[in-house]
Amino acid sequence: MNAPILVYIEHNNQKVADVSLELVSEATRLAAKLNCEVHGVVLSHNAANELALLGHYGCRKLYFIKDKRLNHFSSVPFSKMVSNIIKKHSPQIVLFGATSTGRDIAPRVASELGCGLTADCTKLEIGSHSIKDKTFDNTLLQIRPAFGGNIVATIVSPESNPSMASVREGVMKLNTPDSSKKVEIISESCSVDDGDFLSEILEVIREEKTVDLKQARIIVASGMGASSPESISLIKQLAKTLGGEVGASRPVVDAGLLAKDHQVGQTGITVRPNLYIACGISGQIQHMAGMSEAKRIIAINKDPDAPIFKIANYGIVGDVKDVIPKMIKAYRG
Amino acid sequence: MGALNIIVTVKQVPDTHNISGEAMKEDGTVNRAMLPTIFNPEDLNALEEALKVKDKLGGKITVITMGPPKAVDVLKDSLYRGADEAILISDRKFAGADTLATSYSLKCAIEKIGKYDLIFCGRQAIDGDTAQVGPQIAEKLKINQVTNIINVEEVTHSSITLRRQTEYGQEIVRSNFPVLITVTSETNEPRFPSAKRVMMFKNITKKETEESYDETYLNTEEERPKKYITEWTAESIGAHDMKIGLSGSPTKVKHIEKVVLTSNNKNMQDIPNTDAGINALINALKHEHIFG
Repeated sequence: MNAPILVYIEHNNQKVADVSLELVSEATRLAAKLNCEVHGVVLSHNAANELALLGHYGCRKLYFIKDKRLNHFSSVPFSKMVSNIIKKHSPQIVLFGATSTGRDIAPRVASELGCGLTADCTKLEIGSHSIKDKTFDNTLLQIRPAFGGNIVATIVSPESNPSMASVREGVMKLNTPDSSKKVEIISESCSVDDGDFLSEILEVIREEKTVDLKQARIIVASGMGASSPESISLIKQLAKTLGGEVGASRPVVDAGLLAKDHQVGQTGITVRPNLYIACGISGQIQHMAGMSEAKRIIAINKDPDAPIFKIANYGIVGDVKDVIPKMIKAYRG
Repeated sequence: MGALNIIVTVKQVPDTHNISGEAMKEDGTVNRAMLPTIFNPEDLNALEEALKVKDKLGGKITVITMGPPKAVDVLKDSLYRGADEAILISDRKFAGADTLATSYSLKCAIEKIGKYDLIFCGRQAIDGDTAQVGPQIAEKLKINQVTNIINVEEVTHSSITLRRQTEYGQEIVRSNFPVLITVTSETNEPRFPSAKRVMMFKNITKKETEESYDETYLNTEEERPKKYITEWTAESIGAHDMKIGLSGSPTKVKHIEKVVLTSNNKNMQDIPNTDAGINALINALKHEHIFG
């Protein structure tokens, strides 16, 4: 058996994070090509029975560091412990969720181990790569858009052991859980000093998400071409009429017109609704990375050459302020 | 109590909304000379937060960037906005650096500066969006970090209290100095360059000899003859050749594809923007139970 793939498992509020289950699922697909197992590492003060779920998705061994000091996140001790687990168990690949925690510790771990790390991958594959006359087989191909979505880069780190990558929530598909599959939980000691806990958590404010786009069957999304108060109000009205949710492209969120929870795309949320109505969205690759798997896509744009039309099932050339009222009227019959 | 020493890392980035095909080299890397460049937006938020700390408690702000000679533009801009000193680390040997090699080079420069209580970085740069360099600098300096912050709640001469955004809500975190902080665009509204400072600094040139930096650094504010931008090379910051540029970068670009959109549905239906056209579309979708 070859060296395993290790997934950093996030655990919060007695629940394994969705992104961790998605990464375990993706890791099982990579592991099939590499003839290796999928292992996880979890740091928690209170994780318990819910960890069994990881086995159902294909995680074979879970290194579990349990310590009461781990009830709040702190960069230095968390990344040191993950580095220690990597040094001890020598995985060939390590995957992190591109969450606020993953994006905080993964770079520190990569720096400590001198490893390559690719952020926000939209696709992972196994392939070969040659450097001069040396060929590395079975290396991790880390695929992500870059430069404002103008290019898609395949990054490799064949001489880095392990190769590391982070992936956003929603990007990788979940396996069908199989409750007969078990995960072996292996206790690991918490090998850090009190002096490493350099961040003092004074308060934790839990916020409920204002919208859960991942669960939405219908999404009506606003782009910069439909970002005036009037257009956004119409978009909200259409979403409400259809029983859907409001999505947004990154520029609309960056401009503060809609909250971050609404952002669809590479740096937002990846969605797979029944229907995606793209309003005034030109179709930057980062946005499309997050919605192109919608069952049906309606694109509304004033510019007949907007790239969004290339992936749409239905295209309407026109102003959102003109088109949406017609749609609402037609739907209400 | 000594005055605070604050370092801000900044980056000149291509304006990624305006990349043309000519800007791509054959090896798949980007010819930055062909692109319009801007001050990385979240680095302006980092600088603003440093300026606010200085406004409140006093101290010295040193801005540092790694890049080609023309990256001096973002350093001048930083001086216009209120930074005290600026350092350009520039060397052909840095070319092709990934985040690991970049953070190593910046760490060497920061160690050469020597004293620091606070390091502010933008959360991420718009050309790569990796958000890796800040945490990697912190790890290499063996100091604490607080990332993804949306507000500075309180700052004293020995500690800082920050509000950090997570998927689950927010955390109020306090850290003693030294600490590295990555700042998001939500944190503040960057101030504009001051006209007076633009007049003061617009004609300054880079100080080429790096030795003099240390001398003036030891002087007090009043003794220092003039403020300027210092340039350091890989050698002058004591960086090992094997840890910088391409050789110091474990990640390699295997392949670059220019984005060419292929339609996954060759039969996109053109829906006329008329009552009849849209009625027909909505009815067809209803019929297929797309609305549920």
